Amino acid sequence: MTTETLLTVQDLEVTFNTPKGKVHAVRGVSFDLGRERLGIVGESGSGKSQTGRAILGLTAANGSISASKMKFHDVDLANLTPKQWRKVRGARISMIMQDPKYSLNPVMTIGNQIIEAYREHHKVNTKEARHRAIEMLEAVKIRDPQRVFDSYPHEVSGGMGQRVMIAMMLIPDPELIIADEPTSALDVTVQLQVMAILDDLVRDRGMALIFISHDLHLVSSFCDRVLVMYQGLVVEELRASELHNAKHPYTKGLLNCLPKMNGNHDDLPILEREASWAEG
Amino acid sequence: MIEISKLNAWFDDNHVLKDVDISVPENGSFGLVGESGSGKSTVLRTITGLVDDWEGTITVKGNQLGPKRDKDFYRLVQMVFQDPFGSLHPRHTIDRILTEPVNIHGLGNSDARVVEALKQVGLDNAFRFRYPHQLSGGQRQRVAIARALILEPKVLLLDEPTSALDVSIQAEVLNLLGRLRRDLGLTYIMVSHDLAVVAHMCDDIAIMNHGRIVERATAEQLAEGTLEHPYSQQLYKAAGGYDRAVVDTFVDWD
Ligand SMILES: Nc1ncnc2c1ncn2[C@@H]1O[C@H](COP(=O)(O)OP(=O)(O)OP(=O)(O)O)[C@@H](O)[C@H]1O
Ligand SMILES: Nc1ncnc2c1ncn2[C@@H]1O[C@H](COP(=O)(O)OP(=O)(O)OP(=O)(O)O)[C@@H](O)[C@H]1O
Ligand SMILES: [Mg+2]
Ligand SMILES: [Mg+2]
Repeated sequence: MTTETLLTVQDLEVTFNTPKGKVHAVRGVSFDLGRERLGIVGESGSGKSQTGRAILGLTAANGSISASKMKFHDVDLANLTPKQWRKVRGARISMIMQDPKYSLNPVMTIGNQIIEAYREHHKVNTKEARHRAIEMLEAVKIRDPQRVFDSYPHEVSGGMGQRVMIAMMLIPDPELIIADEPTSALDVTVQLQVMAILDDLVRDRGMALIFISHDLHLVSSFCDRVLVMYQGLVVEELRASELHNAKHPYTKGLLNCLPKMNGNHDDLPILEREASWAEG
Repeated sequence: MIEISKLNAWFDDNHVLKDVDISVPENGSFGLVGESGSGKSTVLRTITGLVDDWEGTITVKGNQLGPKRDKDFYRLVQMVFQDPFGSLHPRHTIDRILTEPVNIHGLGNSDARVVEALKQVGLDNAFRFRYPHQLSGGQRQRVAIARALILEPKVLLLDEPTSALDVSIQAEVLNLLGRLRRDLGLTYIMVSHDLAVVAHMCDDIAIMNHGRIVERATAEQLAEGTLEHPYSQQLYKAAGGYDRAVVDTFVDWD
């Protein structure tokens, strides 16, 4: 992969106000991203999604973000007007959300939503947009694209909903995709087929990909580099292919927790967390 | 405990289940894997009474199910849904989400039950008065499991119960589910796309494709990869991780 940097994030902090006090979801995350596949792994609540959302200015209203630097090419993501955001979000940076059905409009057909997403950034007529939409549904391996095109979100299976989201995010041809558990609802073969689509976009079109996942095997076999997050901190950064040689006890603990394909029904090892991991 | 025979189901004219036979002994754990859209969730949803148009016979604990499920059925059988966001009421606190089934079934003692259920799924009491959108994906799924457990059912239908969880919580939840099965004599049907999870949790496994069960295997056969149907073999290869060359060999099975 090239060394050209598309995105720089330095000292990103995300804090939420809740009735029970402040939740410090992301604590000083820094990384540079080139035209590569960067994985973010870590346990639930470690701040993976909030890191991705902050990059796109999608932090919830009760949250606030700060960073000493957050730049996409020469665009300062920390200070964009809503109008400037519209030129970046969806068009140049897209995010595939973790909860696909929640992000789809329940009262609009899937086809019309894809068309809408496409026409937001491309001035084409309905016929052409429709053609593109069907093409995208085929590209994400939806077997019966016409039926899915005419369906409402509740009428498709979990995995199909997720692929529809992916199709919608890919259609404007963004430079950076933040994919938050994009394949967690898919069966393994379709999962890999969808990842191959993302892989080709990185290889052929020089797209950059942030792949958020709790699937350590998948990340180590797919990504170039991995950030391991714990309680809002990046505790380890390593080459994806070296994940099994991780040094941090947290990363090792996560690898140990995985069920193995040996049909053994014994209890799995549990991660024993240490207070020192959470010290920045 | 559960006998399903010649189950067929339709959504309008889309025939989504075709002659599905499943038999799960009491205290057994049956795994369903397969293609996205192959009908795995529909099998579970038909059992819990969420699908109208079906034929065949479903027998749970000796009782053959008719078109409607009564309250007693839901004390016996609970389902954990695939999509934890969609299944938790967005404007209810976790406390209310967990209290509601207790009240509907008039069980009483709801406060202690809520505390216990949260503890069982490893959630701190501080989460009790939060709303679903204030939880991470994994935390929400644990709430969904807590809600199913709170009625102390005998059968749990688990639709991808850990696919939204990180591996450490997955290990805890799988151990918890294993322990509950042993201690409370629960019976499971579990849908997962993770073959290792199914091999770890289940005794018998069925592989679905296009509304049909194309192959059955024991956990051992699955672990060894001694599967016959080409779709099953593809599934097994895919479980080995991402490999571009392997992906190119994948085909659709009709
Ligand atoms: N709107 C909110 N208000 C308060 N806390 C929040 C809010 N949104 C997220 N959080 C908290 O921020 C922390 C980080 O959440 P995030 O969604 O980034 O986790 P994650 O690593 O993506 O986890 P998962 O793997 O479960 O999706 C969690 O503790 C979560 O409860
Ligand atoms: N409420 C519904 N209305 C119409 N069609 C539906 C409905 N629910 C499911 N379907 C269709 O039934 C088929 C089987 O769906 P089901 O949800 O059972 O698949 P699945 O095997 O659970 O897939 P996944 O692994 O993606 O969750 C799919 O073609 C789906 O589009
Ligand atoms: Mg997340
Ligand atoms: Mg399903």
